[in-house]
Formats: sequence, C-alpha cells, structure tokens
Amino acid sequence: MNEAVLEKLKVLAESAKYDVSCSSSGTVRKNKAGSLGNTVGGMGICHSFSEDGRCISLLKIMLTNNCIYDCAYCINRRSNDIRRATLSVQELVELTISFYRRNYIEGLFLSSGVVSSPDYTMERMVRVIKELRLTHRFNGYIHMKSIPGASRELINEAGLYADRMSVNLEIATEENLKLLAPEKNHGSIFEPMRYIQQGMLQHLEDRKRMRTVPRFVPAGQSTQMIVGATSETDKDILRISSLLYKRPSMKRVYYSGFIPVNSYDKRLPALTQAPLVRENRLYQADWLMRFYQFRADEIVDDQYPDLDLQIDPKLSWALRHPEMFPVDINRADYAAILRVPGIGVKSAKLIVTSRRFGRLNASQLKKMGIVMKKAQYFITCNELPMFTVNEATPDYLRKILSQPVKQKKEDGQLAIIFPD
Amino acid sequence: MDSLPSFFRINHPLAMRVFFYDKTFEGLLSAVFDAYSRKTFPDRLLGEGSIVPLFTEESHRVDTVEEKTRRVWTALEKKISAQACNILTHAWLSEETGCDELIFRYICKNIDSTVSIEMNFGDADVLKLFQTAKRVGHEGHYLRMFVRFQKAADDIFFAPVSPRYNALPLTVDHFRDRFSDQKWIIYDVKRHYGYYYDLQRVEEITLDDDVHLLGGKLDETMMAADEKMFQELWKGYFKAMTIKERINPRLQRQHMPKRFWKYLTEKQ
Ligand code: SF4
Repeated sequence: MNEAVLEKLKVLAESAKYDVSCSSSGTVRKNKAGSLGNTVGGMGICHSFSEDGRCISLLKIMLTNNCIYDCAYCINRRSNDIRRATLSVQELVELTISFYRRNYIEGLFLSSGVVSSPDYTMERMVRVIKELRLTHRFNGYIHMKSIPGASRELINEAGLYADRMSVNLEIATEENLKLLAPEKNHGSIFEPMRYIQQGMLQHLEDRKRMRTVPRFVPAGQSTQMIVGATSETDKDILRISSLLYKRPSMKRVYYSGFIPVNSYDKRLPALTQAPLVRENRLYQADWLMRFYQFRADEIVDDQYPDLDLQIDPKLSWALRHPEMFPVDINRADYAAILRVPGIGVKSAKLIVTSRRFGRLNASQLKKMGIVMKKAQYFITCNELPMFTVNEATPDYLRKILSQPVKQKKEDGQLAIIFPD
Repeated sequence: MDSLPSFFRINHPLAMRVFFYDKTFEGLLSAVFDAYSRKTFPDRLLGEGSIVPLFTEESHRVDTVEEKTRRVWTALEKKISAQACNILTHAWLSEETGCDELIFRYICKNIDSTVSIEMNFGDADVLKLFQTAKRVGHEGHYLRMFVRFQKAADDIFFAPVSPRYNALPLTVDHFRDRFSDQKWIIYDVKRHYGYYYDLQRVEEITLDDDVHLLGGKLDETMMAADEKMFQELWKGYFKAMTIKERINPRLQRQHMPKRFWKYLTEKQ
C-alpha cells in the first residue's frame, strides 16, 4: 500500500461512483470463529455519507476503468480521454480488509470495465471475491456486478461468494439502449439475470435436501435504470420495474438521474442539471409498489404517463381517487389505511394495533407521527370535523399540499423524502 | 419508614409523595417493589440527596435490594413481551430527566392491568416510552454506523465515541460478532467508560487518563505503522465518491449529524 495505490483508488472510485445502488441488505451471516465480519439482518449499515448526501456502505470500486465498449452515458467509455487505472487482485483484497477492520465499510461492491472480453474480466473479478472469502475468511457483504455477456459458468462461480449480484439494465427500452450502447442489447442483460435467478433457485432447492449446499447470492439481485437520458416515460420505467419485481430473485431496482458526463455526445439530451426530482418521485413510486401494495398501473397510466413532480405519487393517486376517501381510522382495514396520504407503514401498524384498546382520536394520531397536515383530508376518526377531500376538492388540496419544485438557488438541494 | 409523622402531613392539593432512590435501574425496580408492598405510589422519584420538595406529604427512601429487583423484573417478564422489556431498558439508557418516572408509571400500568398494555399506543406513557426507546435504539445504530477504529501500535483497534444517549452497551454484541478476530476498544469519552475485547471476551473498562481522547483522534505516536496510510486512502476514496452535480450538504448532515464528525476519519 502506497501513494500509487492511493492514486489508483481515487481514479477507480471516480469511475465507479455513478452506480447508484448502495444497499448492503438482505443477508444474515453470523461470524464464524476466527473469521472477520458478519452481515446483519434486514437492513445493511451505512457507514458514511458523501457530500452529495449519498450513503457509503460498501467500498464501491472498479477493478479497472479500462473498457472496450463505448456506451454513450458512461464516463468510462473507450472514446473518453480520462485517467485509466487497474488494481491488482492483491491490492483490492487488502483495501477491502483494512477498510472493513476500521468499520469504514460494510463490504465490497465490485464492478469493472470490460477488458479483452466479458469472460476475461469476470474471471479476474471472481478471483478477488474468492480470495476474500476463502483465503481471508472474509464474512462481510459482497456485491458483484456481472459483466453483460459473461458466461454461465463464471456467474455460477461468482454466485457462491457474492451476497448480491447485479446486471444493470440502464435503459428501459431496447431500442434506446441500442442507440446509446450499440454493443449491448437486452438479451445480453436479461440472460445473466436469468442465470443468477436460476442459480439462486437451484441452490435454494438443493439446500432443502442438504444443508451443506452452499448459499448462492443469498441477497438476490438488483439492477439500475438511468432516468432522463432517453425518451422513456415514467410509465415505461415503472412497468419494467414491476415486471422485474415479479421475479423472485429481484430485490431492488435503482433509478439514476442522468448526469451528463459526456455532453459532447449529441445522442444525449443537453441537461443543465440531473433530473433529481424525477428520480426521487420514481423511488417513491417504487416504494409504493414494494411496501404499500400499489400496482404500477395505479401509479401511472396512459392518461398520466409521468409522475407528478409537484406532489408525491401517493398523494397524487389519492387526489385522482377521492371516491376512496375518507377512510375510517377506527374501522378500515390495514390496506386502506396504508393508502392514506400522511400515513406510513409504521404508523399504519401502530394504528391497527392500538385501536383494539379504544377508539383513536386526532391528537393521538398526531403523537403517533401521522402527518395530519395531509392525512386530515382523507380520514375520519372520533371527533374530527368532516372537511375531507370530497368537500375541499382535489384541486384545492393539490394547491395547498404542493411542494415547490424549483429548488432553492442557494443550495440546490433536495431531501430524499419517502411518501408517508 | 421515612414518612413524616401524621401530624406533620400537609393537607394541600399540591402535596406529593416522594420516593428517593439511588438512580440505578435496579433501584428503580426496587422502588416499584416498595410501592406495591407499602401500597403508596410516589408522585415523584428523586435521586438520593435531592432537595425535598415543598409540599411533600410523604417521603420514602428506597433500599436497592437484589431480591426486590429480581422479583419485579420476573413479574414483568411474565406480563409483557421480551420486546417490551427491551423497550424499557432502552428507554432507561436515554438518561432523560423524568424517564425514570415514565418507566415507573409504565410498569405500574402493566401490573395493574389484566392484560399487557404494551400495544396501546393511544396511551401517552406507552407511546412516549416507545418513542424514547426508539431514539436510544437509533443512537445505537448511529454507533454501528459511525464508530471508526484507529489501529494502535499494540494492534488494538481503538474507537472513541460520545453518543447522545448511553447507547454503547446496546452495540457490544454487534461489534464482538463482527470483529471477533481483532482486539478492540470502544470508549465513551463523555461517560468515561468503554468496552475492551481481547479476542476472548468483552470487559468494561475505565481509562485513568482519557482527556487526550476528547479530540476524537489517537496521537500519531500511538498509531500502528500503516494506520496513517489507510486513513489517507479512506479520505481519498471518500472525497472521490462525491458527485459534484449532486452536492447536497444538507442531506449529508441529515443522514450523518455533525456531532459525529469529529470521530469520523473521513471528516478529520
Ligand atoms: S461496458 Fe460498462 S464500463 Fe464499459 S462503457 Fe459500457 S457502461 Fe461503461
């Protein structure tokens, strides 16, 4: 470890940072005596936050940022004149272990540009994670990206050591993908996704019969789509997401507001700023699908193909469906309460467990953390005056509950707010 | 026993019953025991040696006795779930004023009720206890996130912390499990105690001289030879990860409160 490694580390971090997935969740692996690390149940741990407010959980790094491909949206494309670097297997392993021991990180997120061939690249990546697991008995979290076009054998080997694997879809429609990444197609992406899924299901099956069968990507797979580089609507994007979530192995879809890293490329839109509000709304919509029992076609449809930037998708749905409200807090079932703007998963659960002890009133709801500013128009409870969405009208509520979209000049900041 | 003779008692609407105890969790449980055996319930719980409030109608000094503590805890464990017991101990670690009285009321309410009331979040005390416990639990989570070890010359990984609540005990299992093959110390600089893991077991320790740790950093002379290098590598990496088109210091502070920064290698 020396100055040269520091330089390489910086170059490769720069190259890897645009991949948004940070999650280190989904695996529980207890430490075994004499080995290093564990992964904790449910949620992974964030260890730091960079100045852009994004979580740093894993050492997100590329093995090399050399690449034979020329994807228009990527900073590492071969036609870019940037600094290139390659870390040796040994260096990467030592960095991971040393950072982990200091509690800087939860584990490793390894990706790579494509050198020589997809398989050549994959093979070196597999060597890193194999060495971590077998030689160093490293028990922390490992997320490895699969290179598009990599062979089934290598994916099957990687799956034995990685907690999660991912193949980035990047562009929601194949037509646009081919436009921006001529060397890729949806086949080269869906194929490795399928291998990962088959491997996972196969091992789960086998483990039922024999406990000694090793686990295979226990935290499943994830993918990422770039938003705002091409003409897809939110409906196109969310439709793909909901299809992906139907696969048992797909745990997370990430959305990455397009950052114009290659503004010289005329196939790309000229953006002055990354579409961060839209990205945030997509995450909110994604949450609605995963935790609030919404279907994609309830959130966006032919009439409203794009998410409303001024109000969150849950409120937006509620205002389009005033006939569903008001909901009686003391009677309605969990699913109906969950759909009330201003009530999150946790508060919905609190309501359902507490009301068995007696009827709940507005001040109790407020103490439980329900955002009454929104919720009051969509509920009835003991003594609340009846001024609901039906009396107030959706248009009026839309006006008073809108968040200003224009970001403040001085900080240009946006808090990631998930819908309640 | 310490209650005032009856002719002294003041018949005043504000008159209070006061229990004095040693401000330990065990003492608090003993106070519950005393209340039920005396059949008098305090309006206030005060630390030993506190000033007796005006209008004290009756006062009692609680003896902390292991037997009393144990009996109350066992009764409680029978009545409420393990999760609710956890909530109770978490809330105690908040060290917030009035939190002992809150816990006292919570225990009494559960004992007095035929069923456990732990799920009745419509009750102000139940909700408050739950929310307090949640904040303490979250502080523990912050520690799991933001503890930064520095490798000392004797190969002990050392981390100073100063959490808002006394949440360090909640994290010991996690760190022991995760770093079972390295020696470590996590030390609460504010409360002057910490935990040392020697590859076998974890023990509580107090350092004679912990003033120099207040800065959050080990002195360079005490660091292992390669420590500085890894700190530089991490700092370099941390900086390179920022996407400048998305700069958002407010979001950064929201997720990573400033009070932790002085212990964060990447922020030093
Ligand atoms: S293959 Fe990956 S690294 Fe290479 S240009 Fe395309 S997106 Fe970038």
